[in-house]
Amino acid sequence: MAGQRARGKSLVIAAVGWVVAIWIFFPIFWMFLTSFKGEAGAIATPPRLFFVPTLESYHEVFQRANYWRVTFNTLGVSIGATVVALLFSIPAAYAMAFLPGKRTRGTLLWMLSTRMLPPVGVLVPIYLIARNTHLLDTVTGLALVDMFTNMPITVWMLYTFFREIPVPILEAGRMDGANRWQEITRVLLPLATPGIASTALLSMILCWNEAFWSLNLTSSNAAPLAAFIASFSSPEGLFFGKLSAASTLAVAPILAFGWISQKQLVRGLTFGAVK
Amino acid sequence: MATVELKSIRKTYTSEEIIKGVDLSIESKEFVVFVGPSGCGKSTLLRMIAGLEDISSGDLLIDGRRVNDLAPAERGLAMVFQSYALYPHMNVYQNMEFGLKLAKTPEAERREKIMAVARTLQLENYLKHKPGQLSGGQRQRVAIGRAIVRNPKVFLFDEPLSNLDASLRGQMRVELATLHRRLGATTIYVTHDQIEAMTMADKIVVLQKGIVEQVGSPLELYDCPRNLFVAKFIGSPPMNFLPGTVIAASEEQARVRLASGQEIVVVAGGAQGLIGAAVTLGVRPEHVRLGHAVENRGSGQVELVEYLGSAAHLHVRMQDGALLVIQTEGGVRVHADDAVTFSFPAERCHLFNSEGVALHRRSSGRMAA
Amino acid sequence: MSAVTTASQHHRKAAIGAGASGALMLAPAVFVLLVWSVVPLVLTLWYSFQNYNLVDPTLHGFAGVNNYWYLLSDPDFLQSLLNTAILVIGVLVISVGGGTLLAVLYDQEFVGRGVARVLVISPFFVMPTVSALLWKNLMLHPIYGVYSWMMRAVGLTPIDWLQRFPMLTVMMIVAWEWLPFAVLILLTAVQSLDAEQKEAALLDGAGPVARFFHIVLPHLSRAIAVVIMIETIYLLTIFAEIMVTTAGGPGVASTNLAYLIYSRALLQFDVGGASAGGVIAIVIANIAAAFLVRAVARHLEV
Repeated sequence: MAGQRARGKSLVIAAVGWVVAIWIFFPIFWMFLTSFKGEAGAIATPPRLFFVPTLESYHEVFQRANYWRVTFNTLGVSIGATVVALLFSIPAAYAMAFLPGKRTRGTLLWMLSTRMLPPVGVLVPIYLIARNTHLLDTVTGLALVDMFTNMPITVWMLYTFFREIPVPILEAGRMDGANRWQEITRVLLPLATPGIASTALLSMILCWNEAFWSLNLTSSNAAPLAAFIASFSSPEGLFFGKLSAASTLAVAPILAFGWISQKQLVRGLTFGAVK
Repeated sequence: MATVELKSIRKTYTSEEIIKGVDLSIESKEFVVFVGPSGCGKSTLLRMIAGLEDISSGDLLIDGRRVNDLAPAERGLAMVFQSYALYPHMNVYQNMEFGLKLAKTPEAERREKIMAVARTLQLENYLKHKPGQLSGGQRQRVAIGRAIVRNPKVFLFDEPLSNLDASLRGQMRVELATLHRRLGATTIYVTHDQIEAMTMADKIVVLQKGIVEQVGSPLELYDCPRNLFVAKFIGSPPMNFLPGTVIAASEEQARVRLASGQEIVVVAGGAQGLIGAAVTLGVRPEHVRLGHAVENRGSGQVELVEYLGSAAHLHVRMQDGALLVIQTEGGVRVHADDAVTFSFPAERCHLFNSEGVALHRRSSGRMAA
Repeated sequence: MSAVTTASQHHRKAAIGAGASGALMLAPAVFVLLVWSVVPLVLTLWYSFQNYNLVDPTLHGFAGVNNYWYLLSDPDFLQSLLNTAILVIGVLVISVGGGTLLAVLYDQEFVGRGVARVLVISPFFVMPTVSALLWKNLMLHPIYGVYSWMMRAVGLTPIDWLQRFPMLTVMMIVAWEWLPFAVLILLTAVQSLDAEQKEAALLDGAGPVARFFHIVLPHLSRAIAVVIMIETIYLLTIFAEIMVTTAGGPGVASTNLAYLIYSRALLQFDVGGASAGGVIAIVIANIAAAFLVRAVARHLEV
């Protein structure tokens, strides 16, 4: 009796769990499917679940003059912003984790508070500064802004990872004659590789998906994928197939990264408050 | 090898003084143990010698040279950490090689040194292993190897055995002592375990709250603890303490009346001025004699007997309610609720004044049993 | 245990030369962030008191509080404030409420749980412009959308959601993006709940509901605070979803503060007015975040 009831209960849970999951995931699944239908199939009514797949939409996306440029822009912004953010963040996180002073806590919270600044509040001056320094619609300009906005997160995330490294191992390095530079490069960084990798990954994801600054600071020249996709929004551009193919290409790598590194992302996104 | 000298060493964090002026001199080849309860400052003191902590004031001399401002590696020291602190991303060979590499030792020489140390420590088969693949005892040996390979003037050990289980700890104790004899290096060893201190040290430094309570050989500390703290800390099971009052005293002896009314004669000098004063009588469990006696008698009821095989500990409730531990040979036929009589040998008793300072005893060496 | 921690804390503080080299390593990051957070702020404040229009150079000089006055008396502005509030509060309620329930659901053991979890958190990794177009075209398009087809299939007339209920629809799209975030965080938090604590409650005879309210929910409080804080920051500045789906319309029906500032600045080139809006957005964000940051800061392990 009890066993049967337990089994019944777990069946209900499984059913609810799966229905909710499929319902939430459905738009992404449908986008993926539509990307292989071609334009005619994409808008067929009733919508088709089974069809002969075609790469027609992908071909068209690849042939759009700016697709590759947009992809390279996205990569440039994401990688550039991430690398520079790490260059600033690693020493800062090291100092706060291993050489804390009276003001460390205050500094960390202040960094967090810079994240509270709503981007839209400073849209005007940033736009004007970018325009006056000729950084408007450049990969460099967007990467800089992305780096600034993500730096509090990268510092925090590295800080929480560094805090988990046993201090005696670094001290052993010092006893072995390592100076500060060697201590960081030969002992700390190899130990912290997983943490640094997930920090870099989170930064990449945030840059890749960033839309506000992408839409406002770039146009034809430096537009990343987030802005490129937006160009499909014009009413006359109702090309579901191409939209789906471009979207699938833009989303797939980040989905894969996100699935792989969920746990670390939680830490980063919550400033280490949830592990 | 090397001498180490501490001259009124102090350590202050923000406003708190952790080390309150330590003077100590360590001879070449000596095995010195810093011992004390947690928070007594022993680890901090070791880390100050290592160069991992600033010295707030005072001088630290190694081989007569002031090294306060030198980086750890420049002081010619090596340290074994409590957690071993092996580099988890390097294998055993690389762990030992790291310091030599940083010192720009040529490759061939590095290999030669590491292989020699690996042979000594029986690590030859593990050179390619990462620390995560090793047992606790093996990791311990790698940590020691990493220290030895740099051929330091002074070895520092920070509670190196506390992460090992009891049987391995005993074995490593012997290994460390043997190693020290063979290398003949000056060694400073921190522990909270008085057994480690007693078994390995040439010289024990007992610390409490940043102050050196007593320095001496293990037997000096055992026979002539300078105060209540040292008396409590050294010896296992710990010394019994009974409150009493001095009722008579000569130059060499004192007569003490315990709370129970029993009068005990103690060999202790300088008690003449203390007649009528409250004192503490100390006697080690292994020195209380079971059976009838003419003098220094006591009696009580056995509450619990702990048989350890080679010895037994009797927990005896005395008439005044005080609890006394008596150590006897293992085969003793005493049971709970038995009434027992016992005696305190006068020359084995310790007397402490109301400040906890031991009264001077005539001889400071080991006394005839 | 505590002796060990204090000792190691002392050790952390004690490294030789900590002060100078620590400050040196911290300086670049602090400097960059300081410039980033102060300069634009000061400029926004400055512009907000200026007559400044990018296409009308004759208009310049000190404006006093005029920009604020025009903005505050503009019904569009009040509508945008209302829309911002609807968006933030609506999405918070859906994502935190739903997220908590789903976190508990996906904490249960069932067949394929791992895959189901991955599916649920996926929308969070989809970039905002893609999410918005996905919903606008593939799902909700009145003719070709899947939802419209489903409505027709059951005999209903499809609704042009973005025309009829623009704000509500935008809110649902944004909730679809942020509910997975809440699930991701809260599920991690639920899983960190001590199994023994749950078993102890079980032995004490607590039913599922009692366990949820007395064990799970208190355990989640900190994670929920974190979710609310982070989502609030992002939700106050929702922009791409609106731009791509409704462009703030019809009229200003789906214009929030962020979109209003954008349209003032980059469509009407009114730098002064847009900056005044920016200052107001910053003030609102700070009010909203002040108590949240404080609540969360207490939990952060520094």
